Amino acid sequence: MNTATKKNLVIIGNGMVGHHFVSEWQKQANAANWQLHIIGEEAVTAYDRVHLSEYFQGKNHAELAYCTEADYLQQGIKTYLGKKATGIDRSAQTVTLSSGEVLNYDKVVLATGSYAFVPPIPGYDNDRCFVYRTLDDLDAMKAAAQGREVGVVIGGGLLGLEAANALKSLGLKTHVVEFAPRLMPVQLDDAAGGLLKEKIEDLGVSVLTKTATQSIEKTADDRLKMTFAEGEPLETDLLVFSAGIRPQDALAKECGLELGERGGVVINDHCQTSDENIYAIGEVALWKNQIFGLVAPGFRMAETTAADIAGEPSTAFLGADMSTKLKLLGVDVGSIGDAHAATPGALTFRYSNEHKGIYKKLVTTADGKKMLGAILVGDNSSYDTLLQYHLNDIDLPAEPDSLILPNLGSNAAPALGVDALPDTATICSCLNVSKGDIVSAIDNGCCSPAEVKDATGAGSGCGGCSAMVKDVVNATMEARGITVDKSICEHFHYTRQEIYHLILVEKIRTFDELLDKHGEGLGCDVCKPVVSNILAAVWNAPVQNREHVKLQDTNDAFLGNMQKDGTYSVIPRIAGGEITPEKIMKFGEIAAEFNLYTKVVSAQRIGMFGAQVHELPQIWQKLIDAGFETGQAYGKSLRNVKSCIGSTWCRYGVQDSVGMAILVENRYKGLRGPHKFKFGVSGCTRECAEAQGKDVGIIATENGWNLYVCGNGGMKPRHGDLFATDLSDVELIKIIDRFLMFYSRTADGLQRTARWMENLEGGLDYLKDVILNDSLGICDELEAQMNHVVETWECEWASTLKDPEKLKRFRTFVNSDEKDNNVVFVEERNQIRPATKDEKLSLIASA
Amino acid sequence: MTAQLKTQWQSVCSTADLVEDSGVAALLNGKQIAIFYIKKLDAIYAIDNYCPFSNANVISRGIIGSLKGQTVVASPIYKQHFNLETGQCLEDSEVTLNTYPVKIEQDTVLLAI
Ligand code: SRM
Ligand SMILES: Cc1cc2nc3c(=O)[nH]c(=O)nc-3n(C[C@H](O)[C@H](O)[C@H](O)COP(=O)(O)OP(=O)(O)OC[C@H]3O[C@@H](n4cnc5c(N)ncnc54)[C@H](O)[C@@H]3O)c2cc1C
Ligand code: SF4
Ligand code: FES
Repeated sequence: MNTATKKNLVIIGNGMVGHHFVSEWQKQANAANWQLHIIGEEAVTAYDRVHLSEYFQGKNHAELAYCTEADYLQQGIKTYLGKKATGIDRSAQTVTLSSGEVLNYDKVVLATGSYAFVPPIPGYDNDRCFVYRTLDDLDAMKAAAQGREVGVVIGGGLLGLEAANALKSLGLKTHVVEFAPRLMPVQLDDAAGGLLKEKIEDLGVSVLTKTATQSIEKTADDRLKMTFAEGEPLETDLLVFSAGIRPQDALAKECGLELGERGGVVINDHCQTSDENIYAIGEVALWKNQIFGLVAPGFRMAETTAADIAGEPSTAFLGADMSTKLKLLGVDVGSIGDAHAATPGALTFRYSNEHKGIYKKLVTTADGKKMLGAILVGDNSSYDTLLQYHLNDIDLPAEPDSLILPNLGSNAAPALGVDALPDTATICSCLNVSKGDIVSAIDNGCCSPAEVKDATGAGSGCGGCSAMVKDVVNATMEARGITVDKSICEHFHYTRQEIYHLILVEKIRTFDELLDKHGEGLGCDVCKPVVSNILAAVWNAPVQNREHVKLQDTNDAFLGNMQKDGTYSVIPRIAGGEITPEKIMKFGEIAAEFNLYTKVVSAQRIGMFGAQVHELPQIWQKLIDAGFETGQAYGKSLRNVKSCIGSTWCRYGVQDSVGMAILVENRYKGLRGPHKFKFGVSGCTRECAEAQGKDVGIIATENGWNLYVCGNGGMKPRHGDLFATDLSDVELIKIIDRFLMFYSRTADGLQRTARWMENLEGGLDYLKDVILNDSLGICDELEAQMNHVVETWECEWASTLKDPEKLKRFRTFVNSDEKDNNVVFVEERNQIRPATKDEKLSLIASA
Repeated sequence: MTAQLKTQWQSVCSTADLVEDSGVAALLNGKQIAIFYIKKLDAIYAIDNYCPFSNANVISRGIIGSLKGQTVVASPIYKQHFNLETGQCLEDSEVTLNTYPVKIEQDTVLLAI
């Protein structure tokens, strides 16, 4: 069908709901008969606003976005991003854009969302005042916080506390100012709000409730002075308004659509506005006098609208559940249904524990049989269960309070396993996925939570349901006797972790033994290196030994990384980056003698490139004679420990970072892991060694060392997580021993620590529990294993050079002393480099 | 196959030069050939050492193994797999390496090209 005969569907607003509409629309049978136009005022494609705060934790737009503009274009959709719809002419059926473009429409979907309400307090429009809604807002806040100290949020609701967290993460001393008598007045009661306030204050954020701001003045030194109806004024560097949201209904108002008394575009059960050709969805829409400030209801509206416009039978939009589960500044908060017990005759059950800072409230019908609502602060563990009682109208147990009481032996709450849920139970409310949907996805071949997520969308919204989705998947699979296939390849029906355990428990020493007992076929280039690595990690078996060398990638087999022309690199260890002038000169002599390309590599050491197989032993013999050892730049093992000069030379250094770097580099240089790993050691918080971008980061403090783990440069950079503070040398080493061994035991093959952490169930808290609190009782074992590795270390190049059997392999040809004549170099910037294919041809022709 | 052509066997190296379950390279009449010995199958294979994907002589330095019932070597640079008996590339049906008759007699490896 050509474009001229297609009908035009114009979507105004490319936020979360607008985007969801587009993906729902693409599922419609006759989508191809329509031309879609997406108008978005923000310059970028729709992103996950719910996780906006993660922008401050290092995520960028690409990671938060649902798709790229190219993806839209590829689907044949026309996009107008960074442009605003400025008018709708309903009689001519056109939409005008800020760019002057005019689009014809057959149908319009208004998905313009809402804007942050800014109360007209004198001084509100100051350039140090912000709102918290878009990536641009966050960029502006971040810039304004640079080098500043104090931040204030006006509004102690859900979003206000998110904003407070953001200010705190920008390093500002943060205050929250709330007009109501308690925090989160909509979702919480006084007791819960009070407890939340205490918990947040414990985190160093001060909270002023019952406080009305009267004016905001700019001071002479570019700060803000806030005055209140009562109490002392407050000085701050920036101010964020989070005093509620208002529907973005200006366009609708201007073209005469029916609005609610307090704003919002009025819609019917099919999301149609007072003009049948215009629909409104998401936060701009007003249904039965209600605005829904959450994504899930917006998604439901998008689904209804897509089906309706496409002429398919659509499920009417009939309101939505507004329950919420959040971690605000690290504090669990949950609110379900009728939290304030507004239903006549409602009964309330309360549990409060001041010692642990937990408050739970359950609201039931007068007969105590059905649940109406709940509030949870400090412990959300029963949220999923309670929500299921609420949403599915399941009969409560005879003693409803057992659901909120702590698990003290005999009065343990009757667990509501996923088996007890009806098929209609909503598991993911964002994407409206029921237990039945998940079960049928498994019927259709999905075998893992990840596949179910792809197929149904469950878990791809706020993510709050992930644990539940996993439970349903596992229970369903188990009930069918299906075991999940996580085999590393066709030769072993085991995960890397399972193979690790088999090797450890059955004391297996070689690949052949493992293959005989537990595998099939000959093995391959996937399982061989993985197994070899485990053998090396568990038994510290030299990879050059006869029975292991055949398992190695060429890099490990020849103890150097193969370059594009089949030659190898030579990178000796330069621990901590420290090197004597004599050694540098020796290095230079050897490089010159063998005519190798020389470069200071990006890992704070020096490399030589362009050596042929038969030259490697000669080069390494000279290096070892000069006091060098292998840098294992080829291994899935410790690479370099990057350091700065530290307290020895630097005027700011507080500890000897070079000394520590050399210590840890020498300690861990023998360990092989699932992937390579790197360290950084900085002598003070200025962090010149970029330790937070390394798998293990060590930063000196006045009192010792702070330890960061699971950082990464590379393809997907990640800042390390602060793991422990002010450690002594001994404590530091102990924790790193445990950490590295635990990583080595449990990660997948070729999984760096950053990805391992991201996939580790329970995340950082779990890891801390295992490593710092020894929750699995394995720390002694981990330390012992590491000590064994450290004690049995030997330089792989030194031992290879001593063994004629091993050296046998380092021949370019078994039957000739000639060199590979296909290795050809040309000169560039006074050094060699591999000739290109064309250069080779012309060199050979002229020879 | 031309029946009257007698295979010209040439000795290349001794079995001690081979590396079990792994490869070595030989230079014969100016041609580079990768030779693999797989102990479990007591089988020896000879195939071109030149990898057409990387334009480098590296096949002898690849890992050997089996995939879907075929005995294969993985090129060490970009990891394409080649069937050791036929030379067929598993990832690209248009690419095939030459394979050569090879055998062991007493302790000598003999190759015909
Ligand atoms: C030589 C060097 C580049 C240079 O010219 O300076 C280099 C060269 C290679 N890097 Fe690197 N990386 C070098 C420092 C780095 C750094 C910087 C650092 O360590 O501070 C990084 C980012 C930091 C990090 O790892 O978090 C880095 C991130 C990578 C990655 C991405 C890893 C990731 O987690 O995303 C790969 C790919 C991989 O490992 O799968 C990679 C892979 C490679 C390989 C092995 C690619 C390959 O398969 O051929 C290159 C081997 C060349 C060789 O002969 O050693 N290289 N590589 C650097 C020195 C290595 C050494 O051990 O001395
Ligand atoms: C920090 C934060 C945390 C949140 N946490 C949660 C949570 O945990 N759970 C939850 O359910 N919800 C949460 N929300 C709310 C959720 O983000 C919203 O419900 C959701 O984004 C609404 O989607 P929408 O598409 O209706 O509006 P929006 O996402 O606001 O998108 C509207 C888009 O339309 C554009 N637009 C407006 N006018 C025009 C115009 N005239 N022309 C062109 N484009 C226009 C806007 O620029 C915007 O990009 C949170 C919100 C924030 C800000
Ligand atoms: S960045 Fe890429 S090209 Fe450069 S060394 Fe690393 S892997 Fe090689
Ligand atoms: S409930 Fe939000 S993603 Fe499932």
